[in-house]
Amino acid sequence: MDFDLSEEQSLVKDSVTRLLRAEYGFEAREKHRAEAVGFSEKIWQSFAELGLLAILFDEEDGGLGAGPVQTMIVMEAFGRALVVEPYLASVVMAGAALRHAATAEQRAAIVPGLVEGSSRLAFAFAERGTRYDLARIAMTARPDAGGYRLDGEKTLVLHGDTATGFVVAARTAGAPGEAAGLGLFHLPADAEGLTRRGFETQDGMRAAELSFANVFVSQDAVLGDPQGAWPAIARIEAETIAALCAEAVGSMERMVELTVAYIKERKQFGVPIAAFQVLQHRASEMYMALEQARSMAIFAAMNAGEEDEAARRAAISAAKVQIGRSGRFIGQNAVQLHGGVGVTMEYEIAHHFKRQAMIDLAFGDADHHLKLVADAGGMDERD
Amino acid sequence: MDLKFTPDETEFRAEVRAFIAENVPKDAQETLRAGRHVSKDQLVRWTRILNEKGWSVPHWPVEFGGTGWDPIRQYIFLDEMQRAPAPQMLPFGHSMVGPVIYTFGSEKQKDRFLPRIANLDDWWCQGFSEPGAGSDLAGLSTRAVREGDQYVVNGQKTWTTLGQYADWIFCLVRTDPAAPKKQMGISFLLIDMTTPGITVRPIRTIEGGHEVNEVFFDDVRVPADNLVGEENRGWDYAKFLLGNERTGIAGVGATKERIRRLKEIAKAEPAGTGVVWDDPRFREKVAAVEIELKALEMTQLRVVSAEARRGHGKPDPASSILKIKGTELQQATTELLMEAIGPFALPYEAEEIEGRNEPPVGPDYAAPIAPNYFNMRKVSIYGGSNEIQKNIIAKAILGL
Repeated sequence: MDFDLSEEQSLVKDSVTRLLRAEYGFEAREKHRAEAVGFSEKIWQSFAELGLLAILFDEEDGGLGAGPVQTMIVMEAFGRALVVEPYLASVVMAGAALRHAATAEQRAAIVPGLVEGSSRLAFAFAERGTRYDLARIAMTARPDAGGYRLDGEKTLVLHGDTATGFVVAARTAGAPGEAAGLGLFHLPADAEGLTRRGFETQDGMRAAELSFANVFVSQDAVLGDPQGAWPAIARIEAETIAALCAEAVGSMERMVELTVAYIKERKQFGVPIAAFQVLQHRASEMYMALEQARSMAIFAAMNAGEEDEAARRAAISAAKVQIGRSGRFIGQNAVQLHGGVGVTMEYEIAHHFKRQAMIDLAFGDADHHLKLVADAGGMDERD
Repeated sequence: MDLKFTPDETEFRAEVRAFIAENVPKDAQETLRAGRHVSKDQLVRWTRILNEKGWSVPHWPVEFGGTGWDPIRQYIFLDEMQRAPAPQMLPFGHSMVGPVIYTFGSEKQKDRFLPRIANLDDWWCQGFSEPGAGSDLAGLSTRAVREGDQYVVNGQKTWTTLGQYADWIFCLVRTDPAAPKKQMGISFLLIDMTTPGITVRPIRTIEGGHEVNEVFFDDVRVPADNLVGEENRGWDYAKFLLGNERTGIAGVGATKERIRRLKEIAKAEPAGTGVVWDDPRFREKVAAVEIELKALEMTQLRVVSAEARRGHGKPDPASSILKIKGTELQQATTELLMEAIGPFALPYEAEEIEGRNEPPVGPDYAAPIAPNYFNMRKVSIYGGSNEIQKNIIAKAILGL
């Protein structure tokens, strides 16, 4: 067991950190957000040049074959800077779909564009009735002359308004609530019968509603077994949650840093407010919550690729619980300790607070995952 | 970053587990499984078995009987001891005065005391706290006055854990009341508990047990040879000692073992038409504790692994997290046990403390549960209260 970064991991960390330091200060971020697509195409190209868009794909697909630890490093750095580019949507989520469901030929056709930054995918899974259970997907895919016809609505598709293509989860058999009968389909954003409506998110990003009206996809657009995509979907979910945990930890770390700096500088009653023990203890509690969250983000990274599904689910859910609770505690107290300026758009802290809140609600909040762990009988020690 | 244990580490864990399973006194293991305290005799027997194997003081330098294990192996060993469960080594000699003696003591003191600590021939207790010196330990007032080749000690120590069995006590005493800072006039003395003038008075703690004592010193004459290091430098040695006290303080393995028992009891205790464990709210409370414990275990591994890199023996202020979170979870699990047993926590059995003669009221696992809940309130108070630990985090980590 060794928590030090390898040379390669340190290189990735250093290069991401350097880029974000130079190009992604709080004000620069506001500029990136204001661009037409809701993020900076230039930054996206920089990610491509640094190889960040390639790290998760296997070498034979044109990727770098790095593992979950590197994803963790990248996402943590993104969390610190509140990166708004569609990395989670395109690289982590759609990338996982390709790795776990697509054939080598399909990957050969799709991955190069993603890696060089010319195409971006979004993963469309959520519907009005899915909430935190992806098995509740109702949208249908009917077999039709050498392919499938997609009908239905997808919503809350992260970066769906600017994606060049989608991975869509739809039902070829069974009823909502059943894990069996789901398929994954890859299609271009300009497919006939597909319309989208973009919107802004609370945390400064973009997302879309998609409407499918008799959209045709050919057989070679089916990623894997059209009725048996559930294991791949479960893996996408696990890897996405692990990545979100790392992002959340980066953001929490920044919040603790900003708050500690602020209370040292802010003076009231003639002294820096950090002189008051009640604030010192609150800051200590925030720090503890951060370290506990960091530990669980590492635990999630360790287990995101675990083969035993029950063990993987327990680990990922446990991490999501800790991240949700720590993120809420740190976020609320960071705003509180900043006082009035904490509830303004002008201060960085408010933007972290909002991102934390949305991360908790993505793929199941703390209570949802606590229930999953509890219903599975707890965290059984498997050693 | 490699987040799995290496094959060597896994093999080491298996070796430790097998040794403990074969050699731990079964009666002591039963006592622990039932949530009770081991007796002096059980602890002495187990310490001697470990000492024969060369494992009773694994963290000490090899020349004094240690094993040379790296911090990860020491962690694995401790974790296996706690999860077995096997009696844990008494900290007072093992991780408190022992390291002070081999680091700051004279050759004579090392030869005389260290082998006897490793074999638990001498039972040590700690003389730090006083009625007027708790969190503000440096405010202690027990006096030691040098007269020829002796110190004459007068004063009172308190919260002296298991002092009733002790052969020796290590004490912080004031040797220079005129020193410019209160930390500067303190010395570290080793005192034979049979010396005339020492009186031990038991304190009955909240659950009814006799775990701690007051120790009174009335013109107690201590040979000057028993001074550790230099006169008036005792505070430095005490800080060193308190830095080592964190060894195992998180109690992750012991809490895991307690949760295992908690689930067993919750699955046996009748509630409604089923058992306590059927209640989803109860299961969620247990799961919440297990998740925090997993996070703590990972945090502990990170601290241990950082220690391995930094070199042994330099305290990490992050260990304050281990103390705070570890004790919170120890308390949370004893509380859940009491909720699991419900109304059968009620009967008080005086015999519970020393061993029982009559059949229990209710299930046989009930009797220690409320006493443990009461008793475990101590853990967030001792070893530097959790509030003091938050001060340490604020100051040493956050720079506040």
